[in-house]
Amino acid sequence: MSDRLAVRKTYKLYLGGAFPRSESGRTYEVHDAKGHFLANAAWASRKDARDAVVAARGAFPKWSGATAYNRGQVLYRVAEVMEGRAAQFAEEVAAGEGLSSSKARAEVDAAIDRWVWYAGWTDKLAAVLGSTNPVAGPYFGFSVPEPTGVVAVLAPQRSSLLGLVSVLAPVLASGNTAVVVSSKDRPLPAITLGEVLATSDVPGGVVNLLTGDAAEIGPWLAEHADVDGIDLAGAPAPLAMELERSAAGTIKRVLRSGAEEPDWTADPGLSRMRPFLETKSVWHPIGV
Amino acid sequence: MTSLFEYAPAPESRSIVDIRPSYGLFIDGEFTDGTGTPLKTVNPATEEVLSEVATGSTEDVDRAVRAARRAFTRVWGPMRPADRGKYLFRIARLLQERAREFAVLETLDNGKPIRESRDVDVPLAAAHFFYHAGWADKLEHAGLGPAPRPLGVAGQVIPWNFPLLMLAWKVAPALAAGNTVVLKPAETTPLTALLFAEVCRQADLPPGVVNIVTGAGETGRAVISHPDVDKVAFTGSTEVGRSIARAVAGTSKRLTLELGGKAANIVFDDAPVDQAVEGIVRGIFFNQGHVCCAGSRLLVQESVHDDVVAALQRRIGTLRVGDPMDKNTDLGAINSAEQLARITELTAAGDAEGAHRWQPEGELPDRGFWFKPTVFTDVSPAHRIARDEVFGPVLSVMTFRTPDEAVAKANNTTYGLSAGIWSEKGSRILKVTDQLRAGVVWANTFNEFDPTSPFGGYKQSGYGREGGRQGLAAYLSEGHEK
Repeated sequence: MSDRLAVRKTYKLYLGGAFPRSESGRTYEVHDAKGHFLANAAWASRKDARDAVVAARGAFPKWSGATAYNRGQVLYRVAEVMEGRAAQFAEEVAAGEGLSSSKARAEVDAAIDRWVWYAGWTDKLAAVLGSTNPVAGPYFGFSVPEPTGVVAVLAPQRSSLLGLVSVLAPVLASGNTAVVVSSKDRPLPAITLGEVLATSDVPGGVVNLLTGDAAEIGPWLAEHADVDGIDLAGAPAPLAMELERSAAGTIKRVLRSGAEEPDWTADPGLSRMRPFLETKSVWHPIGV
Repeated sequence: MTSLFEYAPAPESRSIVDIRPSYGLFIDGEFTDGTGTPLKTVNPATEEVLSEVATGSTEDVDRAVRAARRAFTRVWGPMRPADRGKYLFRIARLLQERAREFAVLETLDNGKPIRESRDVDVPLAAAHFFYHAGWADKLEHAGLGPAPRPLGVAGQVIPWNFPLLMLAWKVAPALAAGNTVVLKPAETTPLTALLFAEVCRQADLPPGVVNIVTGAGETGRAVISHPDVDKVAFTGSTEVGRSIARAVAGTSKRLTLELGGKAANIVFDDAPVDQAVEGIVRGIFFNQGHVCCAGSRLLVQESVHDDVVAALQRRIGTLRVGDPMDKNTDLGAINSAEQLARITELTAAGDAEGAHRWQPEGELPDRGFWFKPTVFTDVSPAHRIARDEVFGPVLSVMTFRTPDEAVAKANNTTYGLSAGIWSEKGSRILKVTDQLRAGVVWANTFNEFDPTSPFGGYKQSGYGREGGRQGLAAYLSEGHEK
């Protein structure tokens, strides 16, 4: 067979369930771990980020209002589709992170398993984090966890798929909608995840994926009045501080990043869901 | 409308309280001088100076934090959890023993009616210590992993509206979780915190576990920005909350904020009017409306608006405004001249923007800081009195037609602390409750509090919870966290 000319992809954003180019028209070059050209990715702008927030806000009532059972199934479906795309993910992870194919495959497996783990949380959070409150009076009182709203997620820079999944899935499982800025240098698994989300049952707008520079887009998201929370996982220390200061202007929930990117294979517990959940306490009289 | 019946005065005696002419800071188990310029605290009902209170400077705060750190590493941290619990039980008991003293002092310093400080503030403060005392040796069951750890030194800044109660909300969970504290009470209401310091001594609480540094904004800033403070907890205005969040950014300090609110109290046409009116009154006039979760926006279904407003005005006409030490008093004094000015300014904006002001007849005392219970009707959601937190006895009334409109109007605010719903229809209550973006929802009641019920805001009303298992998380690291 003669050498076949490959069909090269034009990579786009995933925004409101569609795949637009950046409104800015900008792209940037993505290289593999050895510095070889891999692809051109869309370079998201401030306007793209604002559009993404609009999409995420629009999707929030339906996603947060879905039954936990339904949300769990939708998320599990994502894992099913990811499994079918595992080879593609592994190739992209291997190229971007410079891993052997077996190590890359292990990362992908861990990412899918992580997604499944979070899918199983949707209908357990209320029981684990909620309560009935034995108040000292003739009232029935209970507390339920509810999603915070629109969460901006700056995905980890190093771990392009397992890290991404580890920060995105908890935000979704707890009922929030997300605007994600992918790893700048390793965006391909995020783009593929966008394709997975688009072909699974996640409603458009629930996840919005921007490829580009967290340092450029992050400040707009951090000060955006319609963003309720921000996960700073992918922001280096000086940027993280600046973003946390901006986020204070609208009293956003902030999930800080550590000095170094954590070991994403470790059991995350509830630590990434708790920050983007509110507790609503309800009182009603008894016997009156 | 004035009351048909006049009551004979029923003043509570202040003889139970011995107010010293001056107070120092409480650091490392001792009262010590502050190096800042002392401040005077006045009785807002009479403008009488009650006492002179030390102001903590940066150096004083540093001493307090060092004392707290020492106590944390040497005594309070290593202590058997059950013993930490026993200290908290002791404190709870002492608060109950000295309840009348605390209530009288609170009313003198704050201006709130003795009926409320006696029946609400002090019993609830004791309840918070009781509740959290029991947590001290059960933290592994708090849902934070197998071995949750205290954070270290907590720097806490509290407001003037519930001086002792807010202290209890902050200090009890911090200590139960194994932290030590440096607490700054509000500038205008420091006295019950200083009496609490005596309770700590009476309980033989080890020195340095609780430190109380009085002062104003500067002192508060020194507490929250001290590099050796691990956890910052603040209750107060959203504006100050923002500046604290900025100050804490980029540090490893953990932060919880309980900020302002603009609660909607939603009355549906099937609500029992008399009960709803009681709830509305309690929602906005409790503690002179100096309540972050006060029901300051009344949303009434259009078809019952006139009936509800008429019943409300009739009821407000029976409220007794005046001497907070009188056991018959419903509304006491506004806490400070500054707060009175703010209420006056915002209500003037209400007039200017076209809302209709109603106040009952009757005289106010000629000394002290007072504001009549006030109802604005014909309020539009764009009016400042419908958007800004007044933090006073001022109610804005708006209407709605459908439940969806009620929810949309209720949620149309940057705040999200609390809300009320009045309806006989359970399924409607549950639906609306579900749709409201607020941390506390009272259905057919209002302004209920309990240490077992987590309290805190959505949106710009702050983050974190106080009370319940959920509230403990603010003072602990998850067991597996690195």
